[in-house]
Amino acid sequence: MSNPDTFQTAPSRQTLSEVLPPKRSRVWAKLKKNPAALLGGGIVAFFCLVAVLAPVLPIPGPAVTDFMAVRKPPSAAHWFGTDEIGRDVLSRMIWGAQASLMAGVVSVTIALAIGVPLGVAAGYARGWTDAAISRVTEALLAAPFLILAIAMAAFLGPSLTNAMIAIGISAVPIFIRLARAQTMQVLTEDYVEGAQAIGLTHRDIITRYILPNIVPPLLVQATLTIATAIIAEASLSFLGLGQQPPSPSWGSMLNTAKQFLEQAPWLAMWPGIGIFLVVLGFNLLGDGLRDALDPRDN
Amino acid sequence: MLRFIGHRLLIAIPTILLISVFVFLLQKLLPGDPVLALAGEDRNPEMLAFLREKYHLNDPIYVQYFNWIWNALQGDLGISLRTNQPVTTLIAQKLPVTIQLAVMALFFAVIIGIPAGILSAYKKGTWIDWVANIVALSGLSIPNFWLGIMMILLVSVNLGWLPASGYQPFTDDPLQSLKTMMMPAFVLGTGLAATLMRHTRSAMLGVLQSDYVRTARAKGLGERSVVVKHALRNALVPVVTVVTLLFGELLAGAVLTEQIFTIPGFGKLVVDAVFNRDYAVVQGIVLCTAIAFILMNILSDALYRVLNPKMSDQ
Repeated sequence: MSNPDTFQTAPSRQTLSEVLPPKRSRVWAKLKKNPAALLGGGIVAFFCLVAVLAPVLPIPGPAVTDFMAVRKPPSAAHWFGTDEIGRDVLSRMIWGAQASLMAGVVSVTIALAIGVPLGVAAGYARGWTDAAISRVTEALLAAPFLILAIAMAAFLGPSLTNAMIAIGISAVPIFIRLARAQTMQVLTEDYVEGAQAIGLTHRDIITRYILPNIVPPLLVQATLTIATAIIAEASLSFLGLGQQPPSPSWGSMLNTAKQFLEQAPWLAMWPGIGIFLVVLGFNLLGDGLRDALDPRDN
Repeated sequence: MLRFIGHRLLIAIPTILLISVFVFLLQKLLPGDPVLALAGEDRNPEMLAFLREKYHLNDPIYVQYFNWIWNALQGDLGISLRTNQPVTTLIAQKLPVTIQLAVMALFFAVIIGIPAGILSAYKKGTWIDWVANIVALSGLSIPNFWLGIMMILLVSVNLGWLPASGYQPFTDDPLQSLKTMMMPAFVLGTGLAATLMRHTRSAMLGVLQSDYVRTARAKGLGERSVVVKHALRNALVPVVTVVTLLFGELLAGAVLTEQIFTIPGFGKLVVDAVFNRDYAVVQGIVLCTAIAFILMNILSDALYRVLNPKMSDQ
């Protein structure tokens, strides 16, 4: 025989879950209603797919040269034309997408991996820990992002890996500041005070209450910083401080294209369009995520 | 106000010292012997020992730092390895070129960004707002070095309207100087215009919904008067401070813009120093830009207090 109380409470629980769907699905529902965010997500997904599938796509290798087809304009054989030594520009664009996206994601991962623990430590511990971390953050924020990245890439030596490290470290202060501010805000919530009152350890409070609650703003910032990092990597490669030839990168392709502007303008067009679209995609997605995760709109 | 600026300057001292430590350690912590770079081809042990002694490289690292910062405080940031000129002289020579570029870029940013922001906020939700937002986001997403290349292709190569590169000092021939700087300044200004547009729009939206704007309308004032005299004047307060904060973006953008248009400014100095492993110049530039950035932040806060009487009372 069923318990009448259980029988009565079950439907109301179901109704509640219908009224208040999980946060993730609420965010998704809001994102779905935002065409700009969907467009951004679509652009990002497309480039990610192309970059991942690069090895299996029916295109010539990015370093394969054809000296019979040097600086040929777009045609049926070479959709995006060929470069100064007869390499297929479409193939180099696709492999270059891999370098750009990897640079964006890896740099931001480095920045998150260093910035978030330091920011949480500063916001949680306060006192001299906060003072020390905050002063270092202010000092790093004082140097313009790209100039800091250029200086670091110069000292580390030109390569894609070093460019990613330089960009990642330059972006660390952004995440320290955000994680610190968010941690301090979460600490004022009643549930954290409750957790402290029942004697949970610092580690438990941080992993169970603070980290899950500071993820949304960090996610938005990470998306927007990927866009900045992709431009920074292209800038460093354009200056010769990022990906080194013959490996393809949109920035280094633009650097070479600059010398052949009159003879082969398409060489300068495609990499720029590529950078523009990917960065636009991440910016649209980031803006959409910010709107969807904004608690004031709930 | 003087007390406020003095207080902010005092707070900035530890930050500047930290930056100096960071800039100094950047070179010291990395592998490679700077003496080998200094010696060039001549690598006999006596020469290396002489150079180590000359540049105090045998001293403990903290002594080296104190020597470096002490000299820096007296305006001596070292000697460029490549040109053999003092770093401060090099920076002083190149800075006016970049300042001209920056001022012209800001001009373009302001005349495009602020009216676009006002219009977008005033026509919120209409196709004008939608187009302005898309253009602004595109402006933020276009790498300015690519825009520069495309402008050279269109304006210089195809139309032949403006020179693709070169520099003429303003004092020598103002008209030619403005002509050569026009395109680089426009390229550098577009990204900033997008940032300004977004800030202006956001500030105007806040002000347009405020009570005093509603009151002004209720009194029967014309729309032009409401928008320009009442709303814009207040909305511009945060925007003016944003303009000063764009300084960092402007300097970083100048590095690439000067490279594309072959302008012999501060940005080109950075890139040349990087490629010649002229570490003293790189260190000097990072330190100077960071100090300038901090000073611009203080100026921005001071300006905000001047423009916003509520802040001055606090």
